[in-house]
Amino acid sequence: MTEQEILAGLGEIIEEIAGVPADEVTPGKSFVDDLDIDSLSMVEIAVAAQDKFGVEIPDNQLKDLTTVQDVVNFVTKNAGSSA
Amino acid sequence: MTSTVSVSSFTPFPPAAGARIMSLGGYQPANVVTNDDLAARVDTSDEWIRSRVGIVSRRFAGPDETVADMAVVAGGKALAGSGLSPADIDLVIVATCSAEAAIPNVSAVVASRLGIVGPGAYDLNAACAGFCYALASAADAIRVGTARHVLVIGSEKMTAWIDPDDRSTCIIFADGAGAAVVGPVADGEPPGIGPVAWGSAGDLASRIAIPNRRSYMYQEGQAVFRWATTTLHPIAAQACERAGVDVSELTAFVPHQANLRIIEAIARRLGVPRERLADDIVHAGNTSSASIPLALSRMAERGEVRAGSSALLLGFGAGMCYAAQVVTVPLGPQCRSRARPRAGRVDPHSPDMGHRQTTSNLQDKEQGP
Repeated sequence: MTEQEILAGLGEIIEEIAGVPADEVTPGKSFVDDLDIDSLSMVEIAVAAQDKFGVEIPDNQLKDLTTVQDVVNFVTKNAGSSA
Repeated sequence: MTSTVSVSSFTPFPPAAGARIMSLGGYQPANVVTNDDLAARVDTSDEWIRSRVGIVSRRFAGPDETVADMAVVAGGKALAGSGLSPADIDLVIVATCSAEAAIPNVSAVVASRLGIVGPGAYDLNAACAGFCYALASAADAIRVGTARHVLVIGSEKMTAWIDPDDRSTCIIFADGAGAAVVGPVADGEPPGIGPVAWGSAGDLASRIAIPNRRSYMYQEGQAVFRWATTTLHPIAAQACERAGVDVSELTAFVPHQANLRIIEAIARRLGVPRERLADDIVHAGNTSSASIPLALSRMAERGEVRAGSSALLLGFGAGMCYAAQVVTVPLGPQCRSRARPRAGRVDPHSPDMGHRQTTSNLQDKEQGP
């Protein structure tokens, strides 16, 4: 899975859950400040990401993932270990 | 000489093929509390509350109003709607996790205040899943013949256990009661309360707790959200499967009214369209074990669910207990009085009781909304 594929997948998830157009989901964006995504939507996104990428994002680590790039990095780093 | 009532209370009844909900009743306290009312006290806003939990207003019980007081009103309405008399009720189960006292049990007090003499009576604590647990227990009692008619009530004064200054909980929880009279189906009729799918995850129990009698309630919102939105839809699907009902056949999905975001997520994952999802939480808040019967009774009263159709109930909450079952919707009170002019009371213990019930049932269904 390339970073670009993860980013595209994440865009689809965020569009479905939070109603943010997928093309606005770019690496530098902050979930809270730029995309107006709250903590409960973040949980839903984490759960959907787990279904899609096979990578679990626990609550205690989710709070540290504040930008789109953070999630892409987390998935990239953990894809091999939990898939 | 022993009275008829006390004898009937202790005489086992013939086993029944299944149980059904005969009638419903709900009660909400008078005091309406809006989001703006709460925002005047704690740091929150109408917009924030609506977007996070989906609540617009809720009801708070009065300072002297008790769990039993609310249970009596809801239970009385359900009893009146059933067409039965208090003497016909053999068992009273009150699901509650917010009773003022450890003893006496709420159910015995409520039974007595409703004029039900000498029934079996117990309280059941499975927190927000309590009503579904109680409904399953009532159906089992009727099936094996330890009771013929059961009054099941969920009643909660959650505000007594909520820190009024804790903005994470005070915006969610509220007070109220809901009730159902449960009775047997006639031989050959399908059960009106389907097999329960239930369980618990005690290893996660610290996520929602009132640690002791001097504590307020505590909840890890995000963890509960994740648990509820990832583990419960297969339980709900299992209840449908056990009842032989396809999700597409449900006229309503009535989950515990925990948080609109949670129940919308569960409905989505289960494949239930939004318009079939009960959203009573908007004006009732989270009333724990009362929320399901409160929502269902209101939907039946408004004609939003057709009598005779299938509704899926799903309770879940503290102890990480959960229970789901498919039920057949009974008639709303207005339709009942239109459809069934009663000439005197039917003896619930007479041998032909089942036949009479079936007949009126079918008539009711044809004339329902």
